Amino acid sequence: MDNITEIRFAGSGGQGLILVGIILAEAAAIYENKNAVQTQNYGPEARGGSSKSEVVISNEPIAYPKATSLDYMVALTQESFSKYACDLKDTGTIITDKELVTDFSAAKGKLYIIDMVKSAREELGKLLGLNVIALGVLVEISGVVSKDSIEKALMKRVPKGFEDYNKKALEIGFRLGREAKKN
Amino acid sequence: MSENIKLMQGNEAIAEGAMIAGCDFFAGYPITPSSEVSEILSAKLTKKGHIVIQMEDEIAALGAVLGAALGGAKALTATSGPGMSLKSEHIGYASMCEIPCVIVNVMRGGPSTGNPTLPSQADIMQAKWGTHGDHAIIAITPSSVNESFYETIRALNLAVKYRTPVLILTDEIIGHMREKVIIPEKDTLEIIDVKLPDVPPSEYKPYNYKSGKVTPLAPMGEGYRYHVTGLSHGETGFPTAKMEVLQDMQNWLIDKIYKNIKDIEKYEETMTEDADILIVAYGSVSRSAKAALSMARAGGIKAGLFRPITIWPFPEERIKELSKKIKKILVPEMNMGQIILEVQRAACNNIVKGLNIVSGEPITPDKIYLKIKEMM
Amino acid sequence: MPKTTIKFDYDKYLRKDTLPHIWCPGCGDGIILKSLLRAIDKLQYKKDDVVITSGIGCASRLPGYVDFNTIHTTHGRALTFAIGIKMYKPRLKVITVSGDGDALAIGGNHFIHAARRNIDMTLIVFNNYTYGMTGGQSSPTQPYGSLATTTPYGSVEPPFDTCELAKAAGATWVARSTSYHAVQLEKLIADALTHKGFSVLEVITNCHISYGRRNKMKSPVEMIKYQKEKAVPNRSAGNMTPEELTGRFKTGLIYEKKDSLEFVEETYKQLELIKQ
Repeated sequence: MDNITEIRFAGSGGQGLILVGIILAEAAAIYENKNAVQTQNYGPEARGGSSKSEVVISNEPIAYPKATSLDYMVALTQESFSKYACDLKDTGTIITDKELVTDFSAAKGKLYIIDMVKSAREELGKLLGLNVIALGVLVEISGVVSKDSIEKALMKRVPKGFEDYNKKALEIGFRLGREAKKN
Repeated sequence: MSENIKLMQGNEAIAEGAMIAGCDFFAGYPITPSSEVSEILSAKLTKKGHIVIQMEDEIAALGAVLGAALGGAKALTATSGPGMSLKSEHIGYASMCEIPCVIVNVMRGGPSTGNPTLPSQADIMQAKWGTHGDHAIIAITPSSVNESFYETIRALNLAVKYRTPVLILTDEIIGHMREKVIIPEKDTLEIIDVKLPDVPPSEYKPYNYKSGKVTPLAPMGEGYRYHVTGLSHGETGFPTAKMEVLQDMQNWLIDKIYKNIKDIEKYEETMTEDADILIVAYGSVSRSAKAALSMARAGGIKAGLFRPITIWPFPEERIKELSKKIKKILVPEMNMGQIILEVQRAACNNIVKGLNIVSGEPITPDKIYLKIKEMM
Repeated sequence: MPKTTIKFDYDKYLRKDTLPHIWCPGCGDGIILKSLLRAIDKLQYKKDDVVITSGIGCASRLPGYVDFNTIHTTHGRALTFAIGIKMYKPRLKVITVSGDGDALAIGGNHFIHAARRNIDMTLIVFNNYTYGMTGGQSSPTQPYGSLATTTPYGSVEPPFDTCELAKAAGATWVARSTSYHAVQLEKLIADALTHKGFSVLEVITNCHISYGRRNKMKSPVEMIKYQKEKAVPNRSAGNMTPEELTGRFKTGLIYEKKDSLEFVEETYKQLELIKQ
């Protein structure tokens, strides 16, 4: 089962993590003709509460649809970081934000603490798009799908008039990922 | 990249499958985790000019579906546990009056309100026995999004062909996960449409208990005036208390399904040829079982998987055959042990054990593998 | 020789091989059935275009006897089947017949929602104040203080007023008649059928066996007399005091609202607009 990659986006409801999970799965399934399964957990609240979106990508048919030991996790709340870090493989990678998470005691595997919120605020002017920045970071660091595929998948999903904004957010993510890899 | 490849949710695949199969009427009532089916059809089936209506409750939703079906519609409704309990009344009516319809149950935990957002397989026996009185039912348990799409098409076909309610029993995992579906060209699919009877109205009888053939249901309003009643009725459709007719009618309701089981049943076998232990699993759990199978084989245990796709009528003949050479059987289910009763019946000389997890967590492959090891 | 009257040919509409009907001698339901057939005949509806649905109970046996597209459904749910077939094939004339228990107790939710939608169908409620078929149990229209097998010491519940309920829920044509007023009944049924929108006609009918016997009206004659004497034409009711109206019921057209939004038309208008 070595060719299976398991990714989890975790944070709070309203951060747009389910959507980026779907976009990642579409990039893999539609634009790279791999197999991909996206699942999510949610509570009865329409807004707020915790949110978890998982993507399993493989060249082979995927049997069990949920993640069992994560290769990558993007954690955008302290709660999700502390709660889910243990699900990571020893060789896995966590991507998190410098402002949103401050207690890294649960950390496991390789840890990237990245200024995503700060960049969103400074370069986009608002936090809308933080999810896409995180997606860009993940793709840059993991290489699980190509930048071209993720951009195509993203463009298919964003509402009209928001293409440039989202492309910019994705580019910020790629850049932050590149910088993080260098350090 | 192909335009025909789509990543979609299981519930979405059901809606898309229904549309491509010619579903032209939907009535529903909101309930988690099935609501996407009615939301998607509300947005898309209507654009094809067809009626989608949200009724005042689940009973009314199936009532409207049956009314439309009597008018000639290929009609569908979707629900989950508590809604399924309400629909039971009209599932009985549809069985009795032989009205084609498809009912989707995205299973969630129970009893009662249970766990709306968590998966379950606890309505398997309800599907067969939920309504009062004897009848046969067809129920299908897809295990992937792609299969949800194709099995919905098959469900609508079977409903028309056998004039029966057909249930699609999916679960929260399959209903909400997103996976690839390859959308086919419509003309490559076998679609069974509603048609007028091949006899003139003066010779038409809405039921036929003896010939072994299913009489087509004449759409109302096309010249075939007849009576439909939930009372026991003869071949003309009118109520009767004649004992021989009552017996014929009951026999027919069962026989039309069980005598055609070869046409209706569908299952998949993986590595059963040389297996020492057989896993019988369906729906989302069969995926965990498949992963466990690989783990077992890698660990030197010859495990095989039998996956019913049509869960009712249960493919007991095949289980019986397999049980002659495979002596140990494991039945993992997200319930307290339901289909295991059928497996035990079919494989009565074997060691049949269950793995029953109802905590709302999916059954993971390692738990099944552990149980396999324990049994070997 | 008696004077020849115009004889209506009921046989044209009856499924004679399903007769005799199950109704007791003297039951008012037959009068409603005949009035319904005359009204349909007057409107020249084609038999193939008429759908009659019903629930469970004495009244709900009516569809079996008449040569239309007929659906004898489950208890209380006749309107849901009616909505399904009407929405699917709007050209059909859809009529639901129902008893008071069927329409207002077990089917009460469907009743108010059909009214709310103002769907172009007709509901005829045969109100005999009781569950006749099951032997005379308490019904939601049973008068306060009256007796039933399940209220042997008198009902302490206020009854529904079918017409007020229909009107409040959104029905756009509401009337009441009785099985005594057969001529008025025929006309009201025809008016109900031609009204565009949800029309509700309550017909007070007699169950002398299960209701009358327990409430000092053990013969059909006494019950018919009750219908005759207690009926107040709606047009005269305005001049009467509440005291004078106590224990009586209004008959004739109670409420009519023309040009209201109608569900079938609204739905198909929208389908046309969004069609791809």
